[in-house]
Amino acid sequence: MSRRVVITGIGVVAPGSGGGTKPFWSLLTEGRTATRAISLFDASSFRSRVAAEVDFDPAASGLRPQEIRRMDRAAQFAVVAAREAVADSGLEPEALDPHRLGVTIGSAVGATMGLDTEYNVVSDGGSGWLVDHAYAVPHLFGHFVPSSFAAEVAWTVGAQGPTAVVSTGCTSGLDSVGHAVELIREGSADVMVAGATDAPISPISVACFDAIKATTPRNDDAEHASRPFDRTRNGFVLGEGSAVFVLEELAAARARGAHVYAEISGFASRSNAYHMTGLRTDGVEMAEAIRVALDEARTDATAVDYINAHGSGTKQNDRHETAAFKRSLGQHAYATPVSSIKSMIGHSLGAIGALEIAACALAVEHGVIPPTANLHEPDPECDLDYTPLTAREARVDTVLSVGSGFGGFQSAMVLARPERRAV
Amino acid sequence: MTTATREAPASAGRPATARAVFTGIGVTAPNGLGTEAWWAATLAGRPGIRPVTRFDASGYPATLAGEVPGFEPKDHIPSRLLPQTDHMTRLALTAADEALADAGVDTAALPDFAGGVVTAASAGGFEFGQRELQALWSKGGQYVSAYQSFAWFYAVNTGQISIRNGLRGPSGVLVSEQAGGLDALAQARRQLRRGSALMVTGGVDGAICPWGWTALLSGGRISTATDPARAYLPFSADARGHVPGEGGAILILEDAGSARDRDARVYGELAAYAATFDPAPGHDGEPGLGRAAELALAEAGIAPAGVDVVFADAAGVPELDRQEADALRRLFGPRGVPVTAPKTMTGRLSAGGASLDVAAALLAVRDAVIPPTVHVAEPAAEYALDLVTDARPGPVRTALVLARGQGGFNAAAVITGDARPRTHH
Repeated sequence: MSRRVVITGIGVVAPGSGGGTKPFWSLLTEGRTATRAISLFDASSFRSRVAAEVDFDPAASGLRPQEIRRMDRAAQFAVVAAREAVADSGLEPEALDPHRLGVTIGSAVGATMGLDTEYNVVSDGGSGWLVDHAYAVPHLFGHFVPSSFAAEVAWTVGAQGPTAVVSTGCTSGLDSVGHAVELIREGSADVMVAGATDAPISPISVACFDAIKATTPRNDDAEHASRPFDRTRNGFVLGEGSAVFVLEELAAARARGAHVYAEISGFASRSNAYHMTGLRTDGVEMAEAIRVALDEARTDATAVDYINAHGSGTKQNDRHETAAFKRSLGQHAYATPVSSIKSMIGHSLGAIGALEIAACALAVEHGVIPPTANLHEPDPECDLDYTPLTAREARVDTVLSVGSGFGGFQSAMVLARPERRAV
Repeated sequence: MTTATREAPASAGRPATARAVFTGIGVTAPNGLGTEAWWAATLAGRPGIRPVTRFDASGYPATLAGEVPGFEPKDHIPSRLLPQTDHMTRLALTAADEALADAGVDTAALPDFAGGVVTAASAGGFEFGQRELQALWSKGGQYVSAYQSFAWFYAVNTGQISIRNGLRGPSGVLVSEQAGGLDALAQARRQLRRGSALMVTGGVDGAICPWGWTALLSGGRISTATDPARAYLPFSADARGHVPGEGGAILILEDAGSARDRDARVYGELAAYAATFDPAPGHDGEPGLGRAAELALAEAGIAPAGVDVVFADAAGVPELDRQEADALRRLFGPRGVPVTAPKTMTGRLSAGGASLDVAAALLAVRDAVIPPTVHVAEPAAEYALDLVTDARPGPVRTALVLARGQGGFNAAAVITGDARPRTHH
């Protein structure tokens, strides 16, 4: 039996507040939405002008002036979330062997916000193909290669074990945490600080999603713009944020009397090899990822108490994954509460998978299933129980969380209350 | 209708020690397009470092790069893919095609989900991104390409290789600057151990455009020399930074049993791997490269004396060269192992560099020859390195490949010829 890996610390920076796990969970369980008109830049010339933004104050979040200067907003989120996770875990970083402590950070688009801003300066508003390097900020290289995000987190937690950024588009969060679990299981590390971050609310990201009409144009009703599984859904709402976890072996966590949120008992990813942005309707690859993740977790599909859906609110995604749930869970799919927290905090690309893992761990912890907000008119093609509008109290022992991303990535993770699983 | 049963998984995991072997190589390098062209140039010591041609670099402090010669995209890439791919993705697709052909694999004949893709990335499709940023800032958001949403991002090469070759198994993308070229191979090996039969892996990279150049320059390690023979001199007393390049290698990594079942030609094995991270700047402690090498050799069950060659990271920055030389001296003793840096012929290829070094290690095994380091007449005496400066014939059974990513990332891989007996399993 390989080593069992559990979550013992959670840190969150999410829309609806300036950061912190508590306000995140309150927002989700109260079914409030954090989507609003974009305030981070003047979006008036864009098709989609809504987003879920973090009210982030880097200095108030504990970042030093030089950290603020050199880090992109996404890196700042990750560092703040990592610090909260480590504090929450009760681990004393000084007591850890730094060689056995690693970091994985997922990010779909890296420092896109900083790159967008800095490009505008060195090119003087895009005035030519050649750009003026003399106007580059000294930390531009850290924006250029987003492995700097993992480096920043490793520096802040004192890690000297395996450290990397995982960048698989919108499954980056699930894949980063899944990767960290594997590193502990195989013995490459004992403790991993793992999660994901993205801060894509900048002109270039808004423009590129406008260009393929992936984001919603529902600008006149920003608060209700993210409508996963609703018949009237017409695209996702861009979000931002980060969630970072402390992961460690179950036995070690118990030995030090740590609080255990949940075990990550299964993880798998598959690719659709179909289209960089399109999905086939049948959900075969996501279903296969779910099947393999459940198998790794030695969990029957009928044991799944809650499915945290990708639920982006695009026409194609919500049908695709509904098909995948039916294909993988069979009749049990109809009996299982499903929800999409993107209805409340938007779609923060690579970060969202980690934020969704946080929601799953907290659902196990508190026995509450967060709802799908804004779901008033069910889509006949999406005919499962999506937990509309209000949170539901329920014993949650086993959770399935899934993600789907540009590039064809389909990932699935199983979280479980650790005492539930036979050793 | 229920699938809620405990059926045996179709892709049963293999033992954690299951062996991963290389069966295909594809190369796009500044000193050769295609594996054999590159390898012939490498053994002959023919470099590919020249004045930048992809844009007018005359106004920048650095003017030299390693650019892949003679690459005509339309000769390699279907026309419908041209508008949606960055230059480095075209190079990656080309290398993947060569690697799969070299391995003799028909991906369509693989069982469902048996093949996946893991690549390393550094800055994504930066040239494509520059064009779209220019459209955005000079004309407006509505002029941004519909392909921008994926053509520049870090996952693009994995996604495009997966789609082009129908590979539906587990896939991934790692970003750890130059260390990524080894990290990706290790992740591919993990997927083989979890049940995949074949992985397309490695790294092909490049950001030789004005915006990428500006970002590279800000990293502070780019050589401003104008003489291609004097610009990138790792381990030399005259080291003054490195020359950036484009390209890399895509490799086919297979479960040894699957490879044997189909009578595949095997270049060698990914026998071991380890990754470490340096102490935070300003904090005490040893840099992690030597520890990565030690961990990898320990996993391989190979003593330092059993290593026939080290493919060095070869930063070309005095402080970093010293750290690497110190680590090598500690492990192998003064002049205790042949050390080479064929990347002196290509420049440093970001996420592509370490994968190309692994390709070189595999061919060094095949041809029983260590490829040379060029332009460095003699390493600084204090490093006490046996630097291979002319192709050196002799059996190569075990190679240690080292890679460092800017920011503190270290990785080490042990490559062995397949014939080598392994006693530690």
